[in-house]
Amino acid sequence: MRATRMLMFQLIRLVLLLAAVSIITFALISVSPIDPVQAYIGADMLRVGEEQRAAIAAYWGLDQPPIERFLHWLKAIVQGDMGTSMIYREPVLEVIKDRFAHSFVLLLAAWLLSGVIGFAAGSLAAMKQGTWIDRVIQWYCYALSSTPAFWAGLLLLIVFTVWLPIFPVGLAVPAGVSAEQVTWLDRLYHMVLPAITLSLVGISNIALHTREKLLEVLGSDYVRFARARGEQGFLLWRRHGARNIMLPAITLQFASFSELFGGAVLIEQVFSYPGLGQATVEASTRGDVPLLMGIVLFSTLFVFVGNAIAEWIYRLVDPRIKEGYRHET
Amino acid sequence: MRRSVYIRICVAAVLLLLPLLLAALLSSDRLATQLDQRNLAPGLEHLFGTDWLGRDMFTRTMKGLALSIGVGFLAAVASGLIAGSLGLMAATLGKTVDRIITWLIDLCLSVPHLVLLLLISFVLGGGVKGVVVAVALSHWPSLARLMRAEILALKASEYVLVAKQMGRSAWWIATRHMLPHLLPQFIVGTLLLFPHAILHEAAITFLGMGLSPHQPAIGIILSESMKYLSTGMWWLAFFPGLCLFVVVRAFDMLARSLYQFVDPARFQR
Repeated sequence: MRATRMLMFQLIRLVLLLAAVSIITFALISVSPIDPVQAYIGADMLRVGEEQRAAIAAYWGLDQPPIERFLHWLKAIVQGDMGTSMIYREPVLEVIKDRFAHSFVLLLAAWLLSGVIGFAAGSLAAMKQGTWIDRVIQWYCYALSSTPAFWAGLLLLIVFTVWLPIFPVGLAVPAGVSAEQVTWLDRLYHMVLPAITLSLVGISNIALHTREKLLEVLGSDYVRFARARGEQGFLLWRRHGARNIMLPAITLQFASFSELFGGAVLIEQVFSYPGLGQATVEASTRGDVPLLMGIVLFSTLFVFVGNAIAEWIYRLVDPRIKEGYRHET
Repeated sequence: MRRSVYIRICVAAVLLLLPLLLAALLSSDRLATQLDQRNLAPGLEHLFGTDWLGRDMFTRTMKGLALSIGVGFLAAVASGLIAGSLGLMAATLGKTVDRIITWLIDLCLSVPHLVLLLLISFVLGGGVKGVVVAVALSHWPSLARLMRAEILALKASEYVLVAKQMGRSAWWIATRHMLPHLLPQFIVGTLLLFPHAILHEAAITFLGMGLSPHQPAIGIILSESMKYLSTGMWWLAFFPGLCLFVVVRAFDMLARSLYQFVDPARFQR
């Protein structure tokens, strides 16, 4: 019963959030000095006459006042129609679905990789607190957080495709091969470098957080007793450390979807990986308003889902949160 | 302990001022196209090599860094001011204002950072202005939240309550009891925004939003270098990115060292 109530609250919050985001985005875009017709035509602008311009504007519904356009757009979106992308000439929903299918695998791989590596590195640093291992890991984490993700991608490209040509330069599938012939192995092979680069974005956060938490646990009385009983090393970590820090780490990882998506935008650009991130860049640099709005809404949903999952995990694992919900509502 | 912090602050300051100084000193002649000096690997004559037009990469990198530092600084300060005033308003102007501002903070954090940056700079039509405003408008939430929490905690703290009981005016409490505590927090918080600001500035110029291709910004240099990577010209990407990394790291170090003075308890471990 309480679970359904929580789900209801989350759904209401989601609807309100999406409504607010779409109103603000639409308002921002309609006050923008960018002329969508010009952005759409691009370099051919000189060859297009007034009449043609008006025809194009009318075709995309750009000749109506903003409020009307917004209502029109809202009505369509409630029916599941997000409009047509100007650059891909396809329904926005199709473009997003198609692109996200590519991105999803990449995001998932990077997410898992950064979680596992970050957790391991943070645990190791805390268990070896004060030694050179701890210092190296901490230094590495701070260095990672100051590294531009796309630069790291460029360096990996130089090393692993130019100097040691063991990985492909980019794209999600081999060039010049028809869609049916592409195996999942090909896809995996093309994904290795982007996934490693993208995982770098998340590692430092999770590692530093895990280190802090584990140090807290290691300073507690029960760990002191465990040490007095002679427990140490990996066993101590597994019995007393890991159990206590796993949950906040997983939650943090789910709450990091925003950075993950941002990282994917940059890294897909570096590796010409045809995912949603690349579509975001195309949409904003070439002025594809319907697609940009669709992506803004979709990425908001993506971040929201991450946070909602984090809430649910907490609720399922930690009974105190359940109590809290009852007191609050 | 204290001495090592001073040393770190000095090192960071030098690392930050160096590119600004070099950018001013190096003449723009070295940016001219010199076709006989194309694609040179790094050497004594050209420290960072030259590009496909014979332009000196060292000069380009330093000028780009100076631009990035300027843009990042402007954006971080603007963002800090937004954060400070919104945090202050949320904590002092009553429940309704507090709720609206908290909601705004949550709203800002619910869209991926980079998507928000791209959206705002798209709306402003790119350019330096677009980049500065986009970075300024997207970096304030965390600091605003911090300032709000700090002020609320101060308002409930014992020494403020005692001062109130003793009949001190609101102005006295604000200037004598709160400001000395809040100002350093605010300044360091703003400084800590800077590394993010400069990284995101580089990121959106790299993606092609914002500055025109003729301006030597780090993001643009790196995005141009992508076309020449397969020819083995690694220096086009390596050095500019490394310099950006060093500047960001230096500023992060500077801000963290200053934080140790402001809030030593946090750094006991």
